[in-house]
Amino acid sequence: MTDIAALPPTRAGLHGNYLSAGHTVASWLFTTDHKRIAILYIASTTLFFFIGGAAATLIRIELFTPDSGILTADGYNRVFTLHGVIMVFFFLVPVVPSTLGNFLLPLMIGARDVAFPKINLLSWYLSIAGGALALYSLLAGGIDTGWTFYTPYSSIYSNSFVTATAAGIFVAGFGSIATGLNFIVTIHTLRARGMTWFRLPLFVWSLYATSLIMLLATPVLAMTMVLIIAERVFGIGVFDPERGGDPILFQHLFWFYSHPAVYIMILPGMGIVTEIITCFARRRVFGYEFMVYALIGIAVIGFFVWGHHMFVSGQSGYASLVFSFLSFLVAVPSAIKVFNWTATLYRGEITFPAPMLYALGFVGLFTLGGLTGLFLASLPVDIHVTQTYFVVAHFHYIMVGGMVSALFGGLHFWWPKITGKLYSDSFARFAAVLMFLGFNFTFFPQFILGYLGMPRRYHAYPPEFQVWNVLSSAGAVILAAAYLMPLGYFAWSFLWGERAGSNPWDATGLEWQTASPPPEHNFEAPPQVPEVPYDYHPGRESARD
Amino acid sequence: MTDQAAIAEQFDDLAQQREATEIGIWAFLATEVLFFGALLVCYAVYRYQYPAAFLAAAREANVVFGTVNAALLLTSSMTVALAVRMGRAGQARLSGHALLATVALGLGFLVVKAFEYTGDIQDGLFPGPGFRLAPPQTQIFWSLYWIMTGVHALHLIVGIGVLLTIFVLLRRSAFDPRHNTTVEVSCLYWHFVDIVWIFLYPLLYLPGRS
Ligand SMILES: [Cu+2]
Repeated sequence: MTDIAALPPTRAGLHGNYLSAGHTVASWLFTTDHKRIAILYIASTTLFFFIGGAAATLIRIELFTPDSGILTADGYNRVFTLHGVIMVFFFLVPVVPSTLGNFLLPLMIGARDVAFPKINLLSWYLSIAGGALALYSLLAGGIDTGWTFYTPYSSIYSNSFVTATAAGIFVAGFGSIATGLNFIVTIHTLRARGMTWFRLPLFVWSLYATSLIMLLATPVLAMTMVLIIAERVFGIGVFDPERGGDPILFQHLFWFYSHPAVYIMILPGMGIVTEIITCFARRRVFGYEFMVYALIGIAVIGFFVWGHHMFVSGQSGYASLVFSFLSFLVAVPSAIKVFNWTATLYRGEITFPAPMLYALGFVGLFTLGGLTGLFLASLPVDIHVTQTYFVVAHFHYIMVGGMVSALFGGLHFWWPKITGKLYSDSFARFAAVLMFLGFNFTFFPQFILGYLGMPRRYHAYPPEFQVWNVLSSAGAVILAAAYLMPLGYFAWSFLWGERAGSNPWDATGLEWQTASPPPEHNFEAPPQVPEVPYDYHPGRESARD
Repeated sequence: MTDQAAIAEQFDDLAQQREATEIGIWAFLATEVLFFGALLVCYAVYRYQYPAAFLAAAREANVVFGTVNAALLLTSSMTVALAVRMGRAGQARLSGHALLATVALGLGFLVVKAFEYTGDIQDGLFPGPGFRLAPPQTQIFWSLYWIMTGVHALHLIVGIGVLLTIFVLLRRSAFDPRHNTTVEVSCLYWHFVDIVWIFLYPLLYLPGRS
């Protein structure tokens, strides 16, 4: 495959790194360096995260009291839709592949860049253009359909800016398709000498599985958005019930993307956590092959479970039965991953710096989110808690508790590589613990609320639910503080932090064998991969001390 | 080996670069299959639900224009394949001519399509207030007709743009078609657009005519 013998002499300069390679605005906006594009993505996804977070803040303020507070019913609809749309399509789906994935994938497989650097930059512009359309509809008055755009409300009746938002999701979707395509081709063709498929770090495998989903599920969502726009703008609709259109068909198409999208969000997080846990347990990962097959298994089975979002929609009962069974089945590879992380920790020499705390937080929150997912996969329980806060709490445990913990873990783990600087570990550990506590404080009460029967998407509620809502809103304050803290100590680290050195964690993996920050073309000499990944073993460590 | 300038810096050699572009275009086509696949699913579901309305609606489609266009596109698939063959053989000039022929056939398709669209609109076949068919489910067929053929035509326009760009690059000898996959990759895209029509043609024009 990769023929190193024909390699031209390395074109990377012997001095300087990717950050010092240019200081003009143009050197950033027209860069094709995957590391700089990753930084562009970090900036844009952070912006979307805080916009979506601002909407969440409004929601939690409104729900502090049972009656209508700062928002009208209609205003509340627009705020939670904004929160969902921005967080799902413009933050959670793109964030890990496009930031850490972009930065690390070529480094981890020993390549100079991704296979198509210009398309990589195009992806960023597409995501920005899509985000701009979504933000335009926000400023123009917002949308009130919920992030799920159920027809015929979205396609005919809603008087809000559905078209612009749908167009934004369409455009950004092609950004994520292009990223997935780039990653797949990169992993197939640009692995360094000796980097066989079963020596790939599991973060790379997780990006591969994620890319497959992005490539095969996103176009269906894109076409679904086209169908909504066609119906709204030209009146050539296929979902209009007056013409015999079937609203449930829309839901099938929407969830055919949006369930696998959950795995777009969570699989890269699983990859990050594997890198972190092996490093700070000083252990080879338990059951590497099982971890690979579990990732691929989740990606594949994940394509066939979408109907569990539609148990009460009126779809065939037999379909519900099959979807329920398959949803239980997808829990098996997920559980394998949790068991293997635990087994990796067993007899490890465990230390607890900030990335490890985030990673362990991920395992706990993901497990809780996953187990409550089994409640929802089972038909009778789901009918009881459908459209309640139980569902809201479940997917926030997976997507916010799990995914965002993993993202923060990854940012803290690779920050020294990305910037070449160290940060304050005590502040970071404090933020990690705060995030875990704040998250549970915010979302655990929502499980109880849902079980008691409080429906989602209402701005007012009966007074007996208030105590749990107050707890949840109070937790959100703590969570917000935990999200804001890194802005402070990361900025400090970037400006005044100590130099990190190439491998501050004493980690394996090719990305740690080059300078921090890496040179423009990643490696001064073509890297060699003589051994399996995660070659941590206690013997080597005691020799070092 | 050829000159290093033809190799982008992220690749080690031409073979690797060729492999990457080939996997890339196939991955892109996989995305496109799912993109059109969503429409085909809608078509299948509704045709299964409303068989009579779909047959009645499809009988109104202009089968002559549809058939002519199928012939044009099939021929263009041949010319674009010739362009690849000639490029590989080092005949850049001939390859360029074949590309121009392909572009001409594609434009011919669009012209026919424009006449067809005009006729459809005058015929009251655009869903909405002036729509002349009954029952209401025929509007679903015609909505799918406009969306499917519209998205297909957009793909064809992109394809014409791509082939024209390659033609200009070939004329300027900007790349050597013997070692460069650009022509092959765009040819695969063109074939895909053609194959989509091979699916759309029987679904939109032929039902209800036997
Ligand atoms: Cu789901």
